[in-house]
Amino acid sequence: MSEITQAFAAAAAMIAGLDAKLVEIVTLSLRVSLAAVLIASVIGLPLGAAVAVNRFAGRRPLIVVLNALMGLPPVVVGLVVYLMLSRAGPLGELGILFTPAAMVVAQTILILPIVAALSRQVVEDAWEEYREQLRSLGAGPAQSAVTLLWDTRYSLVTIVLAGFGRAAAEVGAVMIVGGNIDGVTRVMTTAIALETSKGDLPLALGLGVILLALVLALNAAAYWVKEAAQRRLG
Amino acid sequence: MGLRHAAWAAVLVAALGAAVPGAHAQKYITVASTTSTEQSGLFRHILPLFHSETGIEVRVVALGTGQALDLGRRGDADVVLVHDRAAEERFVEQGYAIGRKDLMYNDFILVGPKRDPARVGGGKDIMTALRAISAARAPFVSRGDRSGTHAAELRFWKLAGVDVAASGGTWYRETGSGMGPALNTASAMNAYVLSDRATWLSFKNRGELAIVVEGDPRLYNQYGVMLVEPARHAHVKRELAETFIAWLVSPAGQKAIASYRIGGEQLFFPNAKP
Amino acid sequence: MLPLELREVSFATNGKRIIDAVSAEVVAGPRTVILGPNGAGKSVLMRLCHGLLRPTAGRIVWCGANGARARQAMVFQRPVMLRRSALANVAYGLKLAGLPRGERVLRAEDVLEAVGLAHLAGRAARVLSGGEQQRLALARAWALNPEVLFLDEPTANLDPGATRDIENIIGQIHASGTKIIMTTHNLGQARRLADEILFLYQGRLVEHTPVERFFRQPASNEAAAFLREELPWA
Repeated sequence: MSEITQAFAAAAAMIAGLDAKLVEIVTLSLRVSLAAVLIASVIGLPLGAAVAVNRFAGRRPLIVVLNALMGLPPVVVGLVVYLMLSRAGPLGELGILFTPAAMVVAQTILILPIVAALSRQVVEDAWEEYREQLRSLGAGPAQSAVTLLWDTRYSLVTIVLAGFGRAAAEVGAVMIVGGNIDGVTRVMTTAIALETSKGDLPLALGLGVILLALVLALNAAAYWVKEAAQRRLG
Repeated sequence: MGLRHAAWAAVLVAALGAAVPGAHAQKYITVASTTSTEQSGLFRHILPLFHSETGIEVRVVALGTGQALDLGRRGDADVVLVHDRAAEERFVEQGYAIGRKDLMYNDFILVGPKRDPARVGGGKDIMTALRAISAARAPFVSRGDRSGTHAAELRFWKLAGVDVAASGGTWYRETGSGMGPALNTASAMNAYVLSDRATWLSFKNRGELAIVVEGDPRLYNQYGVMLVEPARHAHVKRELAETFIAWLVSPAGQKAIASYRIGGEQLFFPNAKP
Repeated sequence: MLPLELREVSFATNGKRIIDAVSAEVVAGPRTVILGPNGAGKSVLMRLCHGLLRPTAGRIVWCGANGARARQAMVFQRPVMLRRSALANVAYGLKLAGLPRGERVLRAEDVLEAVGLAHLAGRAARVLSGGEQQRLALARAWALNPEVLFLDEPTANLDPGATRDIENIIGQIHASGTKIIMTTHNLGQARRLADEILFLYQGRLVEHTPVERFFRQPASNEAAAFLREELPWA
């Protein structure tokens, strides 16, 4: 148990000291994961809504695939992105391997299925309720999708947060494509992995405590905003 | 697209721009190296010195020697700095790198539980110790990750005449992990493990583990540095990379390496030929 | 676009015939009430007319079929309110109808005034009471200025006071020149609102008569039995 106590002490010391290194790592973590969740949402939400309101050949297999991809192992995503971005790979010319951009790419791929599959489910449930009304008012599939996305926005916020949580918490993919380079691509999770390797378990756990606190704070804020809006708009 | 949509799109693009960290424009090279050099803190000690002299940023990706060589082979690094001489020389022969130079050495140590079930403590002969561990079927943790340390360990077992492949899963346990995780595992199961001295010195979670065998000349661990073949990979930053290698083997670089200590103990011994 | 002509219209789903060869002509002017016991197929027939379902046999012909859909509106038994203000719900329908932004709000405000919801225009639609929501649904439909308004059991879930409000509004809409076609299983309501009755029984059109005659002297045994069964509770 003493390690747990030490972990909280380490976390407290790091926060109290506003350690410059820590701030850098936390900032990079947030920027990478926020960028990934933003891109995944811009693609995934419309994709999920489109699959929800349209009927087309291959729709069911597509849904199954989307749902299955939610379980993508981060290491596999990391490897595939690595092979793509490697100088010897098809996108090697970009020269973004071992940069934050590569980490954004990997995390986006990782959470896109989560955003798309879960929003598909939420929008489709709403679609069941709204379909006749929207068709009666003359809304086509595209217009319906937009309307449903807006009307399910509170549930979608939760989905986006789930995506962010997964992005911020994963280590396998960013370790491979970012390389955990000190000051360049070191984020919370890879720093935790590194400190674990060095056997500094209290420091590793302390970083974990901070990561958890950040995700918690973000979720609390989002929940509060959602509750307030929902009370007002029903 | 209405004005409102355009405004939303603008907000989105701006947010994305703010979130995606910009590419660093300054001069930098990428070095594929081993966990021992990174985790021991050596790079954090010497790289700022190099940077202040040359203005070149060095980005280190720390992996096992095998993976580090793979990075070089694929052209994902400019410089490779590892510790498996045989593999390094093969790498150069195959045309993946040029100008390999000896850089520094440290040594391997055999780490084990203080109660020492195989009774190898205090010995100087690594072969004798390994045979004793095998005979006692005492738990031994292997890196099992194609790293330089793993290669050295397999070499020692072979010289000792022990067929560890046949013992996999019993007392001989391959973890497929880096030096630190392997030490964590050994600490948790009170097993013997071969480590480089640098990682051991900076390792905190020792538990019951202590050094049991050291000082055998065969435990000598040579590090080499080389330039990824620019003829194969045109994007290799040859000039910057050569500046870095030249600095490492120069008196200034060698002095920087020698001056890195943990608890008064020197971790790496420069031995570049002038 | 009227008259509306049904030619041998049938609808089956899962091998079950729900509408069975219904032929009728519905003309402009009189308020048409589709009456019948639960499960007679009233709602399905209405959805076929409105185009939400396609007949499996037979044809539905509007006079001057082009653009017919845009000049119809429908109010459902359970109104589907979008998660936005009452005013925005009405404006949404107008947007889909292609009205310019400036005109939408003015028109929506007028209609809300007409249904007595002007004071709740800024309130979230989903937090309104059942009766208010149904009035809002009527407003949303009325705002479109439809030639034909379909109403599917519009008061089924409402208390007597709210029912009276709704019936008054339906009267106003009819007075403004819109053709009313509604379903109900409530004989009292049919008597109050109908000019003519389409009596549906087990998917077949059994009677199509002026309301006076239907209640005084039903021509079919089914209608007579229905009146006997239901009258005491009307």
